[in-house]
Amino acid sequence: MSERVAIIGVGWAGYRPVSPEVSYKEWMYEAAVKAYADAGVDPRRDVDSFVTVAEDFIEGTSIFDEYVPDQLGAALKPVHTIGGDGLHGLATGYMLIRTGLANLVVVEGHSKASNVLTLPEITAYAQDPVLNRPLGLNTEFVAGLEMNRYLFETGTSLEQCAAVVVKNRRNALRNPLAPYGADLTLDEALEGPPLAWPLYHRHKSKHADGAIVMVLASGERAEVLSHQPIWILGMGWCNCAPSLESRDWNELRYIRKAANMAYQQAGIVQPNLVIDFAEIDDTYAYKELQHLEALGFCRVGEAGYLTEEGATEPEGELPVNVSGGSLGMGNLLDASGLARALEVVLQLRGEAGSRQLEEVEVGLAQSWRGVPTTSGAVAVMSH
Amino acid sequence: MTNKFKEFPGTPLSEGDFKEGKILFYHDQMKADFAWDTGVAIGSYLAALKEGYLLGGYCQTCRKTVIPPRTVCEWCFRPMDSYVRLEDTGTVNTFSLCYVTWDVKRIKEPELPAVIEIDGASPLHGIMHKLGEVDPEDVHIGMRVRAVWKPPDEREGAITDILYFKPFKEGES
Repeated sequence: MSERVAIIGVGWAGYRPVSPEVSYKEWMYEAAVKAYADAGVDPRRDVDSFVTVAEDFIEGTSIFDEYVPDQLGAALKPVHTIGGDGLHGLATGYMLIRTGLANLVVVEGHSKASNVLTLPEITAYAQDPVLNRPLGLNTEFVAGLEMNRYLFETGTSLEQCAAVVVKNRRNALRNPLAPYGADLTLDEALEGPPLAWPLYHRHKSKHADGAIVMVLASGERAEVLSHQPIWILGMGWCNCAPSLESRDWNELRYIRKAANMAYQQAGIVQPNLVIDFAEIDDTYAYKELQHLEALGFCRVGEAGYLTEEGATEPEGELPVNVSGGSLGMGNLLDASGLARALEVVLQLRGEAGSRQLEEVEVGLAQSWRGVPTTSGAVAVMSH
Repeated sequence: MTNKFKEFPGTPLSEGDFKEGKILFYHDQMKADFAWDTGVAIGSYLAALKEGYLLGGYCQTCRKTVIPPRTVCEWCFRPMDSYVRLEDTGTVNTFSLCYVTWDVKRIKEPELPAVIEIDGASPLHGIMHKLGEVDPEDVHIGMRVRAVWKPPDEREGAITDILYFKPFKEGES
């Protein structure tokens, strides 16, 4: 049994709006071979267990576990795919090591969103088939409902949401991995027809293709293998009751609980005193504000003002999504949580290039599985 | 066990119950369209099928020839980047006689799925396809077979560019 778990290797491929030159298997291999070289491990010899995250409906193949071993070096090894976000995958790897079942675990997530020609139709399958789906609404309506109630209850403005778009897409300009970097004005962020009012189309992250692989190690193995292990101080995850009809749209209790679970493990009482920067879900711009509040960085209704004042800019008090977030890097479907975690790792290692933050010790990554879910996860890490 | 029950518990449903709307049910036709990028290795394989030949890959570490080709060897995890052209003949590794179609219809003449170990590829490396021009009773493990191709102008770079594999005797063309 190992009390401590570290990320000792990371690899990625992408991210691009389309990627016709490679198959998803070749994407995964490209990310995996980088992660193994980074960690200095041989998957055939050293790795005890492999975890991938994928949703069969999105992949277009049932029992997706069958399609992953060869390109990860996992043939004839323990491997399983979970239907969850990348941070759920990371949590699974964390548990495999904490329980003593494994010393070295590989976690993989990917997106080939460009290959799914009917993504909105497939997303609609997440709606309740008896009560909601027969209404025939594009699933984006759930974000419209949530955003509307959130703005109503907190007084957050459309412009404050637009400030998230401006910030994250500008941050992406300094991230070579991010395909959606742009220098927008607040007005430009609100241009165009709404998707599901009050949600404007630039408030939604566009999809991207890519793959991310991470190598996790027990404390003992990490000390031997790595000169800069990134320690997982805490991991939490939580789901609320999924019903749209009886949902608290404003206060995300599931994110609050997931965060508290992670904070408790990490011994954190006041997150804004300990956590230096955060990579959090911004599938929609208003979600970054909601998540900031649910993670306990500020009170409900304050995130919009803090964003407007620049507190979440790279040079602000709490840099948020310095990577560009999903708005800047693209929505990587279930790999999005791993993209958030990857940036935390790179920042903590001091390998974030021109967007490197100064003197960061503790970082937080948070994910949400998108509409219509109430499913989220949180990881707190340190070097 | 079933003879212990005179009547099964529960409420049986009939086709009529659905037609008459006596039950709550929801019919949905899933719209799930995918355009998978084939990538480097499978893309090359499909392009070769269109040209009318089989393409394999060679792992220099394991000294193995595999079909279809791939960019990484699943056993040693070394990159695989050499391609080899293979014969379109092989040996039946295993087969089945299928009397139910994919959409669950009974048929009298069975379909004949088979794994064919391709000549020139390492053992246990083959193509999953169907057999044709053969009496089902004559099919056997170890049977030598050859690909029957679609005419060149009808090929589209798909596994179905091979119609089926049929038996042949050594020396026959």
